[in-house]
Amino acid sequence: MYHLIVFLPLLGALIAGAIALIGARKRHPGAVGPVDAFHEAHGHGHDGHDSHSPHDAHGHDDHAHGDHGHDDHHDHGPVEPAAWGSRPAEIVTTSFLMISALLSWVAFIDVAWGGAAAHIEVMRWVTAGSLHLDWAFRIDTLTAVMLVVVNSVSALVHLYSTGYMHEDPHRPRFFAYLSLFTFAMLMLVTSDNLVQLFFGWEGVGLASYLLIGFWYKKPSACAAAIKAFVVNRVGDFGFALGIFATFVVFGSVEFETIFAAAPGAADKTINFLGHDWHAMTVICLLLFMGAMGKSAQLGLHTWLPDAMEGPTPVSALIHAATMVTAGIVLVARMSPLFEHAPDALAVVTVVGGLTAIFAATVGLVQNDIKRVIAYSTCSQLGYMFVALGVGGYGIAVFHLFTHAFFKALLFLGSGSVIHAMHHEQDMRKMGGLRRLIPTTYWMMVIGTLALTGFPFTAGYYSKDAVIEAAYAAHSGPAMFAFTLTVLAALLTSFYSWRLIFMTFHGAPRASLETMSHVHESPKVMILPLLILSVGALFAGVVFSGSFIGHSEERFWGEAIFRGEHNEIIHHMHEVPKWVVWSPFVMMVIGFAVSWLFYVKRPDLPVRLAKQQQLIYQFLLNKWYFDELYDLIFTRPAKWIGRFLWKQGDGRVIDGMGPDGISARVIDVTNQVVKLQTGYLYHYAFAMLIGVAAMFTWFMVGGH
Amino acid sequence: MVNFIVSCVLWAKFDFNAAGFQFVEQADWLGGAITYKMGVDGISTPFVILTAFLMPFCILASWRSITHRVKEYMIAFLVLETLMIGVFCALDLVLFYLLFEAGLIPMFLIIGIWGGKRRVYASFKFFLYTLLGSLLMLVGILAMYGYAGTTDIQHILTQTKFPAEMQTWLWLGFFASFAVKMPMWPVHTWLPDAHVEAPTAGSVILAGILLKMGGYGFLRFSLPMFPLASEYFAPMVFALSVVAIIYTSLVALMQEDIKKLIAYSSVAHMGFVTMGIFTLNPQGVQGAVFQMVSHGIVSGALFLCVGVVYDRMHTREIKAFGGLVNVMPWYAFAFLVFTMANVGLPGTSGFVGEFLTLMGAFGANTWVAFFATTGVVLSAAYALWLYRRVVFGEITKPELHGIADLNRREIVLLAPLVILTVLFGVWPAPILDMSAASVDGILSSAQAAIDAAGKTAEAVK
Repeated sequence: MYHLIVFLPLLGALIAGAIALIGARKRHPGAVGPVDAFHEAHGHGHDGHDSHSPHDAHGHDDHAHGDHGHDDHHDHGPVEPAAWGSRPAEIVTTSFLMISALLSWVAFIDVAWGGAAAHIEVMRWVTAGSLHLDWAFRIDTLTAVMLVVVNSVSALVHLYSTGYMHEDPHRPRFFAYLSLFTFAMLMLVTSDNLVQLFFGWEGVGLASYLLIGFWYKKPSACAAAIKAFVVNRVGDFGFALGIFATFVVFGSVEFETIFAAAPGAADKTINFLGHDWHAMTVICLLLFMGAMGKSAQLGLHTWLPDAMEGPTPVSALIHAATMVTAGIVLVARMSPLFEHAPDALAVVTVVGGLTAIFAATVGLVQNDIKRVIAYSTCSQLGYMFVALGVGGYGIAVFHLFTHAFFKALLFLGSGSVIHAMHHEQDMRKMGGLRRLIPTTYWMMVIGTLALTGFPFTAGYYSKDAVIEAAYAAHSGPAMFAFTLTVLAALLTSFYSWRLIFMTFHGAPRASLETMSHVHESPKVMILPLLILSVGALFAGVVFSGSFIGHSEERFWGEAIFRGEHNEIIHHMHEVPKWVVWSPFVMMVIGFAVSWLFYVKRPDLPVRLAKQQQLIYQFLLNKWYFDELYDLIFTRPAKWIGRFLWKQGDGRVIDGMGPDGISARVIDVTNQVVKLQTGYLYHYAFAMLIGVAAMFTWFMVGGH
Repeated sequence: MVNFIVSCVLWAKFDFNAAGFQFVEQADWLGGAITYKMGVDGISTPFVILTAFLMPFCILASWRSITHRVKEYMIAFLVLETLMIGVFCALDLVLFYLLFEAGLIPMFLIIGIWGGKRRVYASFKFFLYTLLGSLLMLVGILAMYGYAGTTDIQHILTQTKFPAEMQTWLWLGFFASFAVKMPMWPVHTWLPDAHVEAPTAGSVILAGILLKMGGYGFLRFSLPMFPLASEYFAPMVFALSVVAIIYTSLVALMQEDIKKLIAYSSVAHMGFVTMGIFTLNPQGVQGAVFQMVSHGIVSGALFLCVGVVYDRMHTREIKAFGGLVNVMPWYAFAFLVFTMANVGLPGTSGFVGEFLTLMGAFGANTWVAFFATTGVVLSAAYALWLYRRVVFGEITKPELHGIADLNRREIVLLAPLVILTVLFGVWPAPILDMSAASVDGILSSAQAAIDAAGKTAEAVK
């Protein structure tokens, strides 16, 4: 069964990929005969190329729109015909994903409630010395939860995309990427060793790169794709070192072995960069660096907002529900190690808290509907890390679980808005959409209620649990994080309702013509929204008992490890009443202020922005992280590269060595050549013939 | 082609568990001392197969792009193949040296005759660098003959123990030659020039096989014959490797010529190889062997990719391209696979080698691993930026509109390489298992020698 769950998406990806390639071939048949001639016949001069160009006509000015973040790529100019086999590709990938998702729920019931943990070997991978790696699945509750999250959301996103991407000429490619992503993500969550996890980790990075850059004609999309990959690589740099350190300390990278040996290695030290450190702390911090990259935590978060350049279903699947939570999965998975590294946990807590508040402040002033949700994701991931940092691994995964539902709902809902508005993403040009697209409106409201933690929605259970756990931990970093997360709850409520009010309420700010075309999305797009909204409303009520309530120990089984002194779940249920109420109060205040600003007195925010120009600009420019990184990393790297090339290679090494010498030698050989036959290679060939003769002689007569 | 099939038979018959040499052929040559002796073990077999495997591709790649002196060109290539396989099989020092040097000549000719505009400069630079390096090796070989009384590699490996002092000098002599061949920083500057000027097939051979001779040399001679010196000089090699990785990656970032960029990235990848070899642990060394094979496939394929567009546009300037995916989707796909392998994405062959060498390096010295791992970030930066500038985007150059996608010959050329790149990433066992026993043999004997030397030193105290 697990083979099916994991490999069906891969199969789907391969089939869709093959269809995409065949379709591409039909559109651009390869050269027949010499490639060169073709080029010479048509390429020179301008009269040649006008004749063969669906591309040409298509190519008119996308750049002007690129900056405002429309994903309006495909409805400009004469529309390219849909790729060959678009429909079959959609059907195959989507139905495979459906099957996978159903099986995942079966697996979830089996494992989480039936306790049927398993270990399945697929095949051998790398063997070198004492290092031994297999392709294998480790199935426990954590895996099962993630299987459900990944496959359910992915199946719904596939379905949704059949509607959303309907006009796109490259659908087979899109679905191949989506399924490829799902496969990589499944490899990540089912992995039984760190390196396979790393495979999935970078695999989802690749898929994310491809999907962000899906509309490859848009320069901003290409830039965002590269940024996502490279920034993630910075995190992976730490991750890789963490894996090496694990291998040095434990002599293995398999979870079974590591976890068994972890208590014994609690006091080990490791020499890293010339110092002896506490081994567990080093390993955990390095791994956490990887998690920071993938989960867009403060410092390595810059790629996530830019990733919104990709199609909206992609943002829902990858940049909200699944891939960005890989960091949480990693830390939860490595809980047996983190439990022995309190310092590392403190770092996790602080970083999580900072990210939660940072992203929330930036989210306050963004105008692109998707970017608001992206910063919100970033902020919620911060919450999850806070929970991890105080030892509440189950709480973090629970928040991950509920967040997947309501954040995917919000993203797909915003996709529905964007679809209705003909690929307009700027909220300043929306407003008054409530009556025109009522279903989408209510879906977005449900998502927002869940996100802000309205009582008895999914977010209420998980998010409040995070805040309570932070309080219950009673350490310095935890209190710090507690303060920040409560504050962030206020901001969350504010920006979420701001989004709703700006988009759906008030007077329309779009042109009459646009407004007259606004339409509700087709059924294939609405159905996933409905399903997700059920999750957003009830996932908390139904599952909180298992994930973080009384039966949590039985539920998690061996999947999550807690040290003897870690009784966070227990303490969490005994926090003072004011702590329990604080997120609710914050939510109400946030809602009230937002209502005041964007419904009652829409002139207020404008005046405030004018008054507090400095703060407004600071937030609008996302704390100037991009500018800072450009200044301290990108530019110097380019400058040094050029310097080393021209000066280092060109002047110093070549100048001193070969150029000086070869100048002389060329002089001399020129003279020599003149004296002789004039063909250097005559001599060389004479030598070669000698060698060849020698070989022949030995081979034929030598034995 | 025939050659490749034969080498596959070799693979099939190869005994994976034996550490020693197999299929030994021997005949007397110059007097009794120097013999014609050939044979393979787990380290050389992968390279022999790689050579035989890449050769048909080179021939096929030149099918149309070489228009003059075709006969001579083919002769040069086949001779080159013979010589290269000879190098990997030679079991006699003098024979090895001779073949090692003779390989220069056809390559020199290929660049010099069928090369680009600055071909004469490039070929001389190439020739000079490598020749100067190998002269020192010749001196070393003579000295070894003087000490051991034979040039039989097998004999020296098993019977002869060079004194520590002498090892140092011999190691340096061999190092000079292999470092140039690798090439290591700072003697790498011949490589970008040679690549840029060489015809496509020449580049493939250069990157795919000739560069591997240096690494092979380290494994065959430096480690097992001079273990003490190897250990002594390891920090220096580490330093040079790390500099190579970071330095050339940064330089690659700024290149304007596609081929030059890939050439610089080759130097960086070879940095991983030298680093891996001198970690003296199984992960590092096996990773290095794997990295060499994988790099042979991947960089060879990348050069073929450059050749594809060069054949069409007659330029390699990055600026001249952009938006190729719009008209050459298959090409874009193949290029993407190789780019990803080049940045070491898990699931491609590039990952296994890079990962193992880094893991080995972490075991040997964390500083080295730390700095070398930054190469992972840098390689992503330059490779993806290249890909973006060449393949993605809108077509802005009018002359690119008429460009045609891969033709059948080019598909036949690239498809097997795509498959292998992924296959070895998922299932690297064929190569790793082949080299495992030999690597263990080398390492355990080297370790024994180092331990013994340590004991004597203590005893003296």
